[in-house]
Amino acid sequence: MIPGPFEYHRPSRLEEAVAILGAHGDDALVLAGGHSLIPMMKLRMAVPEHLVDLQALADLRFIRQAGDMLEIGAMTTQAEVLASDLVAQACPILQEAGALIADPQVRARGTIGGNVANGDPGNDMPAVMLALDARFALAGPDGERELPARGFYQSSYVTARQDAEILTAIRIPLPPMAAGEARGWAYEKQKRKVGDYATAAAAVVLTMSGGTCRSVSIGLTNLAPGPLLAADAATALVGSSLDKAALDEAVAAARAITEPSSDGRGPADYRTHLAGVMLRRAVLRAAQRAS
Amino acid sequence: MSKMHVKISVNGSAREGLAEPRSLLIHFLREQLELTGPHIGCDTGHCGACTVDLDGQSVKSCMVFVAQADGHDVTTIEGVGAPGGLHALQEAFKEHHGLQCGFCTPGMITRAWRLLQENPAPTEAEIRMGISGNLCRCTGYQNIVKAIQAAAAQINAAGQQAAE
Repeated sequence: MIPGPFEYHRPSRLEEAVAILGAHGDDALVLAGGHSLIPMMKLRMAVPEHLVDLQALADLRFIRQAGDMLEIGAMTTQAEVLASDLVAQACPILQEAGALIADPQVRARGTIGGNVANGDPGNDMPAVMLALDARFALAGPDGERELPARGFYQSSYVTARQDAEILTAIRIPLPPMAAGEARGWAYEKQKRKVGDYATAAAAVVLTMSGGTCRSVSIGLTNLAPGPLLAADAATALVGSSLDKAALDEAVAAARAITEPSSDGRGPADYRTHLAGVMLRRAVLRAAQRAS
Repeated sequence: MSKMHVKISVNGSAREGLAEPRSLLIHFLREQLELTGPHIGCDTGHCGACTVDLDGQSVKSCMVFVAQADGHDVTTIEGVGAPGGLHALQEAFKEHHGLQCGFCTPGMITRAWRLLQENPAPTEAEIRMGISGNLCRCTGYQNIVKAIQAAAAQINAAGQQAAE
């Protein structure tokens, strides 16, 4: 399987990369780790005339904390996210989800920026970013703008990113805990084998105090043309002790918004059912971690 | 489409050639450099038969354009060991029957070679996760895991002896 021909660019500055994209419109695509794009190019589902490889943009490769914000450069690899002590301490759900992505070789090349930006509904990080209320920094011809993850995903492979824009960083708020509150998190993913996309997966971030759920946000993976923010399911849990009645209500609300396709991972009914199972497990494990 | 001039350090030697940017690293290695150790299995990034080392990390060379590897360091199975001077992993795969048809073996050993540098004394579970990007359809993995464990023990014992 040989991809279509293209002209290869390896800019050394971000402005240069943006200019190349701007000059070629939708004939140019950004190449990060390539582990989503290259398979698509082999299938000729993507036939860019220009590829803009970001590997030389060292400025896009970092993990740092600035106050109540964890910031990760878009070209940071999944392996680097998994190896980071800062991520382990500040935002461990990224590592729980990251370890379930593909396999070691793929994680060595695949970047967190590519995973959130390319809009593949099978990718795991977008739902996690919805749950974390992350923001995405985009550099374009008119400078930088920041978009919330909630609203970024429009459909399968369709995002709010413009053709001439490059995702440069992911910003994750780390809200301080009120006295007596504790945070919990979990990513539950059902897949057929190592390396597979989710049949269904749920990301949960919550805070508990005195046995009561104070806040929760929920993202769902691969159950619709884009990642889902399960807001009604979250509402059903807030103020509860995460008892069976509240969980049942949340599961029903989450299932109601799924619209999975029937494919090799199972019929749509099954995947919708599984969405509830993943959500229930994720909520309970997150609560356990918050106690 | 015009060809580009690529320079890659392969198994410690500077190698260069002309290639279309769309050529995959595995094709450059096999067809231009005649390094046929890394195999093309699935060609979709799943099976790991094409695994090589790129700048100190295991990668699937069917999923890397040769253009991306321009200016970088690559190690293939040919750089891990050679007939007459087999690496401990190669000896262990032979000794413990870690291969049957042998198709996955170069990728498997090149991956295990990097794994043992990342984690010199892996548990069985760490080995299984460490080689989870390499598929073998013959062995059921049991003897591959045994071979990697044996090689790790041998390498660690030799390292200890050298330190004493």
